[in-house]
Order: sequence, then C-alpha cells, then structure tokens
Amino acid sequence: MNQAAISATIWPIAFFPLLGALLAYVLGRKERDWAGIIATAASALSFLWVVKLVWALPEAHYFEDQLFQWISLADLKVDFTFRVDQLSAVMCMVVTGVGTLIHLYSTAYMHEDEGRHRFFAYLNLFMFSMLLLVLGGNLMVLFIGWEGVGLCSYLLIGFWFKNLAYAAAGRKAFVVNRIGDAGFLLGIFLLLHLVGTTDFVALQPAIMSGNVALGTDFYTLVALCLFVGACGKSAQIPLFVWLPDAMAGPTPVSALIHAATMVTAGVYMLARMGFLFVLAPAALAVVLVVAVATAFVAATTALTQYDIKKVLAYSTVSQLGFMFMAAAAGAFWVAIFHVVTHAFFKACLFLGAGSVIHGCHHEQDMRHMGGLYKKMPITCITYGVSVLAIAGIFFFSGYQSKHAILGALEHWHNPHLKEWIEYILILVKFTAFLTAFYMTRSFVMTFLGEYRGHAHPHESPWPMTVPLIVLAVLGAFGGLALSGSLGFSLEHYLAALNFGAAAEHHHESIAAALINSWTGLLGVGLAFVMYTQLKELPGMFLRLVPPLSKLLSGKYYFDELYGAIIVRPLEGLAAFLWKVVDQGMIDGMVNGTAAFVDATGELRRITQTGQLRYYALMLFGATVFFIIFYYVL
Amino acid sequence: MVPITHYLILALLMFSIGVVGVIVRRNAIVVFMCIELMLNSVNLTFVAFSKQWGNLDGQIAVFFVMVVAAAEAAIGLAIILSVFRAGQSIETSDAAELKF
Repeated sequence: MNQAAISATIWPIAFFPLLGALLAYVLGRKERDWAGIIATAASALSFLWVVKLVWALPEAHYFEDQLFQWISLADLKVDFTFRVDQLSAVMCMVVTGVGTLIHLYSTAYMHEDEGRHRFFAYLNLFMFSMLLLVLGGNLMVLFIGWEGVGLCSYLLIGFWFKNLAYAAAGRKAFVVNRIGDAGFLLGIFLLLHLVGTTDFVALQPAIMSGNVALGTDFYTLVALCLFVGACGKSAQIPLFVWLPDAMAGPTPVSALIHAATMVTAGVYMLARMGFLFVLAPAALAVVLVVAVATAFVAATTALTQYDIKKVLAYSTVSQLGFMFMAAAAGAFWVAIFHVVTHAFFKACLFLGAGSVIHGCHHEQDMRHMGGLYKKMPITCITYGVSVLAIAGIFFFSGYQSKHAILGALEHWHNPHLKEWIEYILILVKFTAFLTAFYMTRSFVMTFLGEYRGHAHPHESPWPMTVPLIVLAVLGAFGGLALSGSLGFSLEHYLAALNFGAAAEHHHESIAAALINSWTGLLGVGLAFVMYTQLKELPGMFLRLVPPLSKLLSGKYYFDELYGAIIVRPLEGLAAFLWKVVDQGMIDGMVNGTAAFVDATGELRRITQTGQLRYYALMLFGATVFFIIFYYVL
Repeated sequence: MVPITHYLILALLMFSIGVVGVIVRRNAIVVFMCIELMLNSVNLTFVAFSKQWGNLDGQIAVFFVMVVAAAEAAIGLAIILSVFRAGQSIETSDAAELKF
C-alpha cells in the first residue's frame, strides 16, 4: 500500500447505523412501524456518506480518520482508526448499498411481525459492525466488527427464538464461529508478538521487507491461523455446518448477512492481509484445497435439497469456495470481484426466495410450489436473471467473475500443488456446471410447471419488488460494468491488491465468451430439460446409485460426524462434570460438612437433658476427674 | 486448741452434703440451700487456715464470699420466684424446657 493518507471524516458511515439501531429500538417500542423507516433511513444516509467519500477518493490515496487511542500499554499502542482505501470503498459500497435495499425490502417483509423494532435494531447494529469490520485500520478494530457481526448473526438467526430449533441454530452458528475466532485471535497475537503492530499500513512494509525473524514458517503459521478465522466466518470446510442452519433466520437476514456481506468478511480479511498470504505459498495451497473441497461438497449437497432457502444456503457456501479459490491463486481482486457480483445476484436470489415464501404464506418446500411465474412475474424474472448470473452465462455478472477465477487458477504460480492444478481445474469446472444445474432446478421447481401448493400466491408489494429489480439489474450488468467495459475496471481500481501476480488482459469476442460459459449453459440446459420434460430422470438417476443419493441428501453426514466426535463427547463430559464433579464432589463437600456438623450435634444432644441435677453431676464429676488426673495420677 | 484437721474434716463433710444435695434434690430451694452449704464449708476452711497461719487474708476472703453469697441469694430467689410463676412448680426437673 504505497499510498498517501488524506485525513477525512469517516466515522459517520458507521455512526448512522449505530444511532439508527438505538432509535429503531427505542422509538420502535412505541410505534412499531417507525423502526423500519428509521433503520432504512440510517442505512441510506450511511450509503450516501460512502458515495460521497468514494467519489472524492483519488487514485493511490486513502482516507484516514484517527478517532482516539484505544489501547496504550508499554510497547503496544492501538489506535481506533478508520480508513477508506479502494478495497474498503468497494466493500462499503456493497455493504451499505445492498444493505439499504434489504432494509427497504424488510419493511414490507416483516410488516406483520410483533418484534420488528428488535429486528431493525439488530439489522442496523449489524450494519454498524460490518462497517467497523471493513473500515477498521488495524486488525484489532476489524476484530471488534468481526465479533459484532457474529453477535448480530446469532441474534438474527434466533430472531424467532420461541422456536427452539431456530434458537439452537443461532447457538450453533455462534459456537462454530467462536472456533474460527480462536484461530483468528491466535493469528493476531502472533503478529502483535513478532511484528508489534496490527495496523495494515505499518504491517505491510514490515512483512514484505522480510525482517521478521522466523521467516516463511512464521508467515505460513500466521496465514493459517487467520484462515481458520476466515473458515469460521465464511463457512468453509470444516466449519461450514452453521450456514445451512442459519436459514432459520428471517429471509432478509439470510440475504444480507448469510449471503451478501458477513460471510464474505473472511474473503475481505484474506484480501486485506493478502501481502502476508502471498509470502506463504503453503498456506495458499491449503486455502485452495479447502476452497475447492467446500465448493464441490456444497454444490453436490445443494442438488438434493427441497427447501428453497437450503439450496441457496449451500449455493452460498459453494460460491464462497469460489472466492477463496481466487484468493488462493493470489488474485485477491478477483475474489473481491466475485464478492461484489455474488452480493448482487445472491441477495437478489434470497430476496426472491423471500418474496416467494411471503407470497406462498411461509411455504419453503419447493415441492409445494411451481407455476409461480403467472402469479409473481417480477419475482420470477428477477430470480431467473440471477440464476443466469450465478450460473456464469456470458453477459450476466457471474460470468465475468467466475471466468476471472478460472483464469487466475490457470495461472497458478504456487510451487505447491502445481502438478495437481489440471485436475483441480476440472473439478472446479464441474462444480460450476453443478451450480448452474441446481440453481436452474430450483428455478424450474419454483416458477415453472403447475402450482402444487394450497395457498394463494400473490405478487409482493413495491418495497419488496423494487430491491429485487435493482439487484437483478446489478446482477445482470454489474459484472460487465466492473470489468472495464464501461471505462471502470475493478482490477485497475484494486491495483493495490496486486502483489506481483501477473496481470493479464485479454479481450474476447462474444462468441468466445459464450463458448467459455459452456459449463453454465450445459448446467442450465440439462436441468431445464430434466425438470420440465424428463421429470422421471432425476429420480431414476438417484435410484441408480443409492449410496450416493443417500450421502447427498444426508448432507455428507457432517452434522452426524461432528455430533459423534465433538458434540456428544462434550455433552458426555458436561454431564460428567455436572453429575459427578459438581453434584457429587463439590456439592458433596459442602453438604458433607453440614452433615458432619449435624451428626456430631446429634451425638452431643444426648447429654443435654435439661435436668439441672444432671448438669451439676457432670460439673462435679469433671472437677473430681481433673483433680484426680492432675494431683493423684 | 482444736487441730486444723477437725475443721477440715467438718468442711469436707459439709461440702459433700452440699454436693450430694445439689445432685440429688429436686426442690430448687433445697438445691439453693445446698449451694450455700458448700460456700460456707469453703468459708470454714478459709477461717481455719487463717487462724492456723495467723494471717487475716483468709478472713477477708470470707467477707467477699459472704457478699457474693448475699447477692447470689437475692438473684437466685428472684429466679426461683419467676420459675414458680411460670410453671407453678419449683421442681428443677420441671424446668427442663430450655434445650434443643
């Protein structure tokens, strides 16, 4: 980051949502409908401030806002700093832009919910935390935001906490995230211990100069620790199990937190610390393996899901895998590119799913949908556009970012895994094909054919359709607009993220682009034919290989595996500590003391008869005894 | 002159009668009188030793004991009166409620 700092006022970006959260809760308690308006306005104000700053941000500069010194120990000084550089600018635009649309959508989606003041307060609190995360000038501030979004995620997944399964899903997300955070914290502490700072501007030259005593091993260790944190937040194997369960939250939450913004925090962090990761090729190889495995496992699981939100959840996990692939190849700008396009089309897909669920009166099972294109044309078209986008068909935004990811993987410089990259690429392309397949399946099952449910579906009101249209337009044209066709190139804009990786420019014709999107076309086409014309085929295919279909519909038995090796032993240990150690030993000691006193008292009571003569006898007896004892014996 | 042994044997007898009375008798006033008997047996030994050694300290001690005995008599009789008022009895075995 050889850039110059310009001081600017950044804090209002984060301050508006914080104030909004407070006001939405306090005023919303009196009048529920105000909460949505306040929260949406706060988010929109924040977006406007971001636009104002980003508009003014000159090339090769960054804005800085030093608020106060947060920690001051002997050698450790941590400032509470906000920075807006190009990377933060892109993330802020996505967070506040998509966030505002989802706030607007939520005002209609949640309009009947009794607790919507709570909902909007949490949602705005989430925006605040997320902005803290992307604006933070050092890892410590980033970490506050990191934990803040985790908290808000927990609160919003368990928003309908009266349903115990939903509350448990929130808890699961929280606990799994803590595992990742432990790794992240270790990474931060290692950096603090050996480099002495976590400030990005100071860290980058310190790391890149190579003056750190331990060299490559140290970089690898720190990179892996940070990646563990990213795994938790961004739902990668082995810590991805919480994200499908997180669909228990209201659908706008799934769109904002569990698709567009929070789950991409891991990718953002990797991009932010990219200068460290490029020095640790072994760590990047690990990232690639994890990312490819996650993308593949999640994509295959999505094939057999019937809950529309579960399909989208697994698809999100899979797409996050794609982002990490790009990061693993050192092409951090590509990862961010996919973060942005994914935010557009996946938010649109989730909001579309929410619109369908809203229209079908809380029906989530795709087997009870179908034929909705007549009833919900706007939702259908926007969903369809987003499916084409995520499938990576040329022109739509997913194509540009996915193509860039494949391009980055083809130029794999890393000495590790070099001989395997060919096969990995085949697997990645197959996963891209699967993505197109299962997304088209969900589209066909939901919108085409005959309606199979019993509700009376209706199109959603304007606050829900407007965000859908805006996001669909962004999902359609966003990729093209960001890839330089309209004079703005994200690659050029994020040049600071390019750490010596060879930049390649290739202009392709439309025909070549269409050929390049063959995986997507194939997936869309095949799924379309299979689910509209040859409806028996998918069932036959699954019956043909029963173990495979069982494995897939069982979601690879990850939950069962973790249950067997982690959760149940822990529960057993907890039961042991409770029943044996706490109730047996600790309570036993306390109660035993009391029982001892009680028993000896009982014994002593025999002598207390209340008879004066008896006491007198004992008195004289004792006197005589002692006299004899001392003087005679 | 009567040898001191005689005084001491008399005091021992009085003391023993007192002890046995306190232990055996139930009437609170009799118990009280037995305590007086014990005090006076001690007084007797004080006076006897005082005469034996030609020393007045013992006789002074007797005065103290008599003063204490007088005070004790006042308080003791008041207690016995209260016990009687409460339970219509001065049997010590009847005043056995103050126990756990």
